[in-house]
Amino acid sequence: MKSFRFCFLMLTIAILASPALSDLVLSKVDRRVENAGPEKESLVLLAFPEQQAKNMAYLMATPHEGKGKVKNPVVALPVEAANPKDMPAALTFYSVSLPKGLAEGDSFTFDVLAVFTHALRPIPEQITQADIQLVLYQDSAHYLSPYAVKVQSLSVKLPDSRIESYTKLENTKIHGSEIKYGPYENLPSFSYSPIAVHFESNLPFAVAQELVREIEISHWGNVQVTEHYKLIHGGAQSKGEFSRLDFLARPNVRGASAFRYLVANLPPRAHSVYYRDEIGNISTSHLRGDSKKTELLIEPRYPMFGGWRTAFTIGYGLPLQDFLYESDGKRFLNITFSSPMVELVIDALIVKVVLPEGSSDISVAASFPVEQWQETKISHLDIDGRPVVVLKKTNVVPQHNQFFQVYYHFSQLSMLREPLMLISGFFFFFVACIVYMHADISISKSSASYLAKQQWEEVQAVIQQVQNIISRCLTTHDNLEASLRDLSRTGNIQACKAARKAADGLLKELSKELKPLLTFLQSSPSAAQVLPKVEELVAKERELQEKVMVKHSTVVDGYEKKLGARDIENRVALQQQKLTALRQEVDDLLEFIDEI
Amino acid sequence: MAAPEASTAAVPTLYTNNTLRNAFGGVLSFFILLLIGVLAFSIRLFSVIKYESVIHEFDPYFNYRVTQFLTKKGIYEFWNWFDDRTWYPLGRVIGGTVYPGLTLTAGTIWWLLNSLNIPLSVETVCVFTAPIFSAFASWATYLLTKEVKGAGAGLTSAVLLAMVPSYISRSVAGSYDNEAVAIFALIFTFYLYLKTLNTGSLFYATLNSLAYFYMVCSWGGYTFIINLIPMHVLLCIVTGRYSSRLYIAYAPLVVLGTLLAALVPVVGFNAVMTSEHFASFLVFIIIHVVAFVYYIKGILSPKMFKVAVTLVVTVGLAVCCAVIAVLIALVASSPTKGWSGRSLSLLDPTYASKYIPIIASVSEHQPPTWPSYFMDINVLAFLVPAGIIACFLPLSDASSFVVLYIATSVYFSGVMVRLMLVLAPAACITSGIALSEAFDVLTGSIKFQLPGVTSNAEVDAGETSSDTSEAQTDEVHSVWAAAEAYSAPSIVLTTRSRDGLHVFDDFREAYAWLSHNTDVNDKVASWWDYGYQTTAMANRTVIVDNNTWNNTHIATVGTAMSSPERAAWEIFHSLDVKYVLVVFGGLIGYPSDDINKFLWMVRIGGGVFPHIKEPDYLRDGQYRIDSQATPTMLNCLMYKLSYYRFVETDGKAYDRVRRTEIGKKYFKLTHFEEVFTTHHWMVRIYKLKPLKNRIRGKAKKSKSKTSSTSSSKRSGTKKKNPWQ
Repeated sequence: MKSFRFCFLMLTIAILASPALSDLVLSKVDRRVENAGPEKESLVLLAFPEQQAKNMAYLMATPHEGKGKVKNPVVALPVEAANPKDMPAALTFYSVSLPKGLAEGDSFTFDVLAVFTHALRPIPEQITQADIQLVLYQDSAHYLSPYAVKVQSLSVKLPDSRIESYTKLENTKIHGSEIKYGPYENLPSFSYSPIAVHFESNLPFAVAQELVREIEISHWGNVQVTEHYKLIHGGAQSKGEFSRLDFLARPNVRGASAFRYLVANLPPRAHSVYYRDEIGNISTSHLRGDSKKTELLIEPRYPMFGGWRTAFTIGYGLPLQDFLYESDGKRFLNITFSSPMVELVIDALIVKVVLPEGSSDISVAASFPVEQWQETKISHLDIDGRPVVVLKKTNVVPQHNQFFQVYYHFSQLSMLREPLMLISGFFFFFVACIVYMHADISISKSSASYLAKQQWEEVQAVIQQVQNIISRCLTTHDNLEASLRDLSRTGNIQACKAARKAADGLLKELSKELKPLLTFLQSSPSAAQVLPKVEELVAKERELQEKVMVKHSTVVDGYEKKLGARDIENRVALQQQKLTALRQEVDDLLEFIDEI
Repeated sequence: MAAPEASTAAVPTLYTNNTLRNAFGGVLSFFILLLIGVLAFSIRLFSVIKYESVIHEFDPYFNYRVTQFLTKKGIYEFWNWFDDRTWYPLGRVIGGTVYPGLTLTAGTIWWLLNSLNIPLSVETVCVFTAPIFSAFASWATYLLTKEVKGAGAGLTSAVLLAMVPSYISRSVAGSYDNEAVAIFALIFTFYLYLKTLNTGSLFYATLNSLAYFYMVCSWGGYTFIINLIPMHVLLCIVTGRYSSRLYIAYAPLVVLGTLLAALVPVVGFNAVMTSEHFASFLVFIIIHVVAFVYYIKGILSPKMFKVAVTLVVTVGLAVCCAVIAVLIALVASSPTKGWSGRSLSLLDPTYASKYIPIIASVSEHQPPTWPSYFMDINVLAFLVPAGIIACFLPLSDASSFVVLYIATSVYFSGVMVRLMLVLAPAACITSGIALSEAFDVLTGSIKFQLPGVTSNAEVDAGETSSDTSEAQTDEVHSVWAAAEAYSAPSIVLTTRSRDGLHVFDDFREAYAWLSHNTDVNDKVASWWDYGYQTTAMANRTVIVDNNTWNNTHIATVGTAMSSPERAAWEIFHSLDVKYVLVVFGGLIGYPSDDINKFLWMVRIGGGVFPHIKEPDYLRDGQYRIDSQATPTMLNCLMYKLSYYRFVETDGKAYDRVRRTEIGKKYFKLTHFEEVFTTHHWMVRIYKLKPLKNRIRGKAKKSKSKTSSTSSSKRSGTKKKNPWQ
């Protein structure tokens, strides 16, 4: 409607096939706009052919401030996608709003920076290890614009002066690695003159097909960043043999198109940096740090040739106070959006910001449009999970590496939740242990079997005591026998009598002890089974005791009467027989009771 | 004696004193046990500290992969898992051929932690399973030795087991192998057996069967238990130590244990059909006969008994003979024909090397050398005899078991290096008993001598200190072994040179390359050693792996490796192989490479395909790759793939492992092309070239034509301006 009444002066259009960026073309347009119509105009349309619009990753317009005068950061002019009527459908339009409307005859100069990804096509598409990589760049020598153009020129800056071929038009000059088209004057609107430049480029074509960044905030003082890369060399496909020998011997010739390492500029004071993939640590990395930045140089496990892929993860911790601030009672995280890798094109970037459990009122502020949704992640000792803000953007270039903010509410008390949980968990565990140790958890205490068992245990204990007493009796008997042997050896009757006395006393005591036990056994119903045996035992023992006493007195008598040893033996022989038989019976009984 | 009088007077004080002392001792031993657990766990972390938290070696990678599958797909999928990524094109039924104990354990730990919201990765759980279970194992040792000789000996053995190098070698962090949990299961089963034997409690007997079931789940070494316990039962019966406790300890174990063992798919009917289990059934019959005899003896009068004995002995013998005959017939007709190869090589150490090269080729199946005894059990070797003597003073059921255990395990360890692992706990238990007895005697003598003369005490103290110094040297050795000898993960190697630590990470470099840069369904052929790692790390289908269940298939790969290029290409092509992986150490001097293993490939290949003859590869009985080597050797695929373009590295082609210049330096590959070689040349990957087109010239011409036309077309079309 209105735009055709303007006349634009385009001073230069410089297209930089930037030496820094691989699969990337930076287009920088410096234009002066002059209003030739009578009305005020505040919008300027920028047109891009479909091919370029598809690959465009970044577009920024800034007012031109003259060279070398970057005092304060320039404020970008707002750029919006536009869909004006009466325009060819194959073009995509963006409109730039000027700070103030242009009156007739006024002019305004501004810069437009557009970044395109995947605009360079490797031709040939497959190369061997020894070949150099050639890429093709296509554009229009005339600036494609809905406006008439007064003066315009184009310069293509290439990384290397080795140029295979380029489209020659009138006014084409070549200076080293720079090709200059123009200046062309008074071009009508939508003038188009395609050019193609075929040149050598051995720059790393590192493309992250997918990058997932997880930024986890811990209010205990750490921001943990984990980045999962899926990388591909986006240049010409490697074909045929790969010889390590050639690569090691002459890496710049054999394997010129391969890249060996990537550099990541991490924020200062990054710590606990790791670099690994799913099968373990990758040992080829170097970390250098100073107060301004931390530089991490990582080598993939193998040199990356065209078409080769790899996947790895880097992670690092950052001090919380450098990235988390508070304003109006809300906290906000202020951190860069994109990957810290230099010269990396990212096809799909997913940024996940994991906020601490219990955060609420979450909002995100980013300077460019991103897809956004929320998830929850359950991590260490969580109960209802941590809120996760997920941001997704395709076609990300280093220019997108700007700060973005995540605002949220978080109460300081929530930090104590997990320690308290642990403490109470252990507390209850110990309490449960104490209760278990002190409580009797038999199923039923009044049940017959339980009572019977208890009684049986008592009976067993008593029987044990009885056995003890009996065995002590038996030892006393043995002592008596021993004293008799002593007597036969020494003839000391007095000592023998003393032993007898002591034994008598002891035995009496023992029988006293035995009485209550026996009465208990008699009264106990569950002992009924054992009782006869026990009683038999006691009776036998008593008999044995008597016999031993008789024998003892017989022998002592014999000695007192000074009878010969043989005589005494003859006298005792019968008793001795009975004794051994009795002893045997007692032992058997003991064993029998033992087995019960 | 004066003791009774004194005791009557001092009963109350002594009593309180004793309970206090007991309580104090209990708390003290609890903390000592806790510290032993910490020691056992932390001494195994050297590998994580020195290297990284990574799965080690070969078999652990398979277990790790199975665990990953289990945690991802669940238990039912796991039982039914048919793995088509190994043994191509045969595949392998993993669920039915794997001992599931380890994976189920780690999977359960992982599941438990995750359900408590502690999100550890499966890898972390797998890496730390072995150290955790060695702590359990030392506690089990404490319990076992406590049953034999009391708590003091128990603590000593536990601390010895926590750091015995032989066990450390199999249970460092990352060594995620069956033995890691199996040793715990073994000791715990023995403990429960002794506990049942000492108490006669059916409760422990049932627990014992469950522990045995866990052991069967975990390791093929369970046959050791099911043979050792019957042996001990037989020993007890023969020495007249039969009791009802022995019956309770043994009979439920056989019945329940066998039923449970048959539930494990990998064992199944083997639990009743192979000869490894035969002894247990025989002893089961014998113990019943003996029990019956004792029963008869109880109810009959001595006279009648004598009559009955003759009757029973004749009848019993007849029945026994009949049953034995039936069993022997069963065994002889069973599909496995009695003993499996590994078990046979236990009985006859030379069996394997004579008949089964595939068993003999594994280094851990070789008999150990004397230094390895010193390396693996150190001073324990000298303490063991003392411990055995201590076990006889006095001999109980439990201590006779320990004596039997040490005697058999010494024999088995002499057969196979791998079974050193079974010896280690036995050596720890006996040495613990020996040390504890020595301490008892010596400290006791100090106590008695202290009030009087000091000179004698000094001598004793000197002895105890020599005792402790012995223990100290053991400790130093163990820590050294844990830190230096047994912590290397073997997939990443390091050397220390003057300019610092040098890391050789070539294996993972190659596996990572395979996993990212080849098609997911490509088949990779390599010697079977690298099969598990390739499937686990590179996720590619392999032809053979460390499971070695199909000798013919391995022989096919061995034959291909030892054939000339064309023949090898045909074999590999028929197996649908796309990549061939060889390990080559000649550049940096890595000794366990494929050239050094090559003779085994020839032997195993020749065992099935007789046209491969070992003498063809040897010059005068010597294996060499220099100019004296035979032409067959110099033309075989393995030689070519290993040394392809090797001469260009230094101009002389000097092999640093074999310490010689190679025989054939300049040659070209016609059917294979090099696609990847790692940084230090340790792994080289070749691709099979496709069949050649017959009309070469034409194909080339047309190709160049199409490419030129397409490019001209492109430039033609782009010149038009679509908007004007």
